[in-house]
Amino acid sequence: MWFPRLASDRVLRRQAVDGPFALTLRLDNTERVHCLNRQAEAEGLYRGMPFSEARAFCPTLRGAPADPARDAVMLETLRRWATKYCPWVGMEGADGLVLDITGAAHLWGDEPAMLADMQLRLDRAGFEARIGLADTRGAAWALARHGGGITAPGAGLAALASLPVAGLRLDEATVIALKRLGLRTIGALATAPRAPLARRFGAGLLLRLDQAAGLQPEPVTPLADPPRHAVRLTLPDPIGLTSDVMAGTARLLQELCLRLKAQEVGARVLRLTLRRVDQASCQVELRLASAMRDPARILPLFARGVEEVDAGFGIDQLRLEATQVDPLPVQQIGQAAEAPDRRDNLITRIGTRIGLDNIRRFLPADSHIPERSFVMMPAAGTKTCGDWQVPRPRPRPLLLFPPEPIVAQGTLPPTSFRWRRMRLTTARATGPERIAPEWWVEDDGPCSGLRDYWRIETHQGRRLWLFHMPQKPGWFVQGEFA
Amino acid sequence: MSTTTNIPPSLLPARVHEVCGPAATGFAAVACAQGKGDLLWLREDWQAGMLDPAGLSAFCDPARILVARTKNQTDTLAAAEEALRDGVVALVVIEITRPLDLREGRRLQLAAKAGRSTGLCLIPEGAGSPATETRWHCAPVFDPAEPTDSTLMRWEIIKNKSGTIGAWHVRWNRAAHRLDVVSPVGQRPGSSAAGG
Repeated sequence: MWFPRLASDRVLRRQAVDGPFALTLRLDNTERVHCLNRQAEAEGLYRGMPFSEARAFCPTLRGAPADPARDAVMLETLRRWATKYCPWVGMEGADGLVLDITGAAHLWGDEPAMLADMQLRLDRAGFEARIGLADTRGAAWALARHGGGITAPGAGLAALASLPVAGLRLDEATVIALKRLGLRTIGALATAPRAPLARRFGAGLLLRLDQAAGLQPEPVTPLADPPRHAVRLTLPDPIGLTSDVMAGTARLLQELCLRLKAQEVGARVLRLTLRRVDQASCQVELRLASAMRDPARILPLFARGVEEVDAGFGIDQLRLEATQVDPLPVQQIGQAAEAPDRRDNLITRIGTRIGLDNIRRFLPADSHIPERSFVMMPAAGTKTCGDWQVPRPRPRPLLLFPPEPIVAQGTLPPTSFRWRRMRLTTARATGPERIAPEWWVEDDGPCSGLRDYWRIETHQGRRLWLFHMPQKPGWFVQGEFA
Repeated sequence: MSTTTNIPPSLLPARVHEVCGPAATGFAAVACAQGKGDLLWLREDWQAGMLDPAGLSAFCDPARILVARTKNQTDTLAAAEEALRDGVVALVVIEITRPLDLREGRRLQLAAKAGRSTGLCLIPEGAGSPATETRWHCAPVFDPAEPTDSTLMRWEIIKNKSGTIGAWHVRWNRAAHRLDVVSPVGQRPGSSAAGG
């Protein structure tokens, strides 16, 4: 099954264009034509030509950038669709599928009926497809690319005799060399003596020929379906009560958690999509502090989100998907792992209200600038690490705030100053402790540069951490000791 | 000044307490040091300034602390109630920015009772709630005797539901990891400065 215009068909399915259309891909610093529709090909354009040249040939040509990643996703979708015909469906290059329909054709009557059904459905979906059916994978490839149709069982190479040698999946240089030798069709190639061919072109050519003839085996490798962590519940009558939605969610969770358990993963982010009868849908997203797959523990966490949903005229479909999963091996039941579980539960519950990223913990950072000596990371998913008990030559304040300027002169700490509308008099000053800036960090803030830190004890009791900047004279309060 | 006993009473578990004054954070740090297990520290995200884990490490291990930043006080109280009721964290420190009313204070007390965990509200001066178990006023005191790294503070109970009030001069002993009660500065021999 070959899709000659997969990329442009994908784009045109979304937005039909009446007239020549091309997808462009930037190659070698030039926009080149990547895929064309039928009208554009009728204008004489071809793949790989520069887009500006194509515009010159055909002024009405419309273009759009190509997206190979989404084409691959589209082909994967088509592959999933094709499993309705037979279970053995594999990829064939970037724009083809290969189906092993052995033992499946009779379900559609016979082989031509099955092919007609495929062709009809693909046409309806807006995809141009060429389908070839033959005894071997190689022969089917040749038929799909060059003509299409069905060969009689056991026909072998005879059915391909009139097709050009390019149908044998050869590289371009080999095809041109064969044409120069006068071997234009597969039939001519098959009757030529094998030994000189092998000597001239290597074993690859004969391998392809034998694969097309069925003398060499070439199995179809079906791709395994990636695990999908989503379940759906469709209701005959719309529901609107919170308790009903929760009951439906409970049923979905049971099934989803069984699936997660089978794959030994746990959900980190769950999304519950509630589709209403008026086709609108609302989503409840639940982010968990740790990977979980216990329905009884997850269900109460949904309660808050579900309560906020506006059911409108009723909800008739529920879909629950684990959008992010983490490995969670099956564990021995015991007492040991209970405490972190309870803490993660609490983090999740608070996180559903204030946002999971707002619950943080301190992690040490490798810097001697006070405000950069630690980072605050979300507590969910991070492990505690690092040692805070490093010996420090001088005490550090308990509270740290952005530097607050005070009015003071000179390099020695002021004997009295005003800070936060309080007049403070210095009783004892300890210092200075010079902290040099990190020259490898770009910092254009007002407090970049050398700092001389002083610990100031005041008669009023407050113990403050002041610094003076010798390079840009000024005094700042940055912290307060216990 | 009426010093009733030699040592300040420790915070009654399963209750919510309040502390105000300039050294309230120091009081909370000492309270953090006295328990085991995780701690939750709730504050609103617009508030400037943060605990410095380097300074806090003199009191307790900063890895034990979970800091939750909330949008407003309603969220703070909801998270505090959730944490207190769950009881998995030993101490919940709540930074209060507007006074609690009767209902909010009572709900926190009930949550603490249900979860058997302790709550500590850092309140602005004069913004106490009637439901609190104890209310402390803490202020740092200049210590002429200790030349380096003194943490001399004056702790005063200004409200106590199940005991008497009193005041103490305390200092955190970082080497021994405990609280030392010292006599007030003014009553010490050879000192000229007045305490408090």
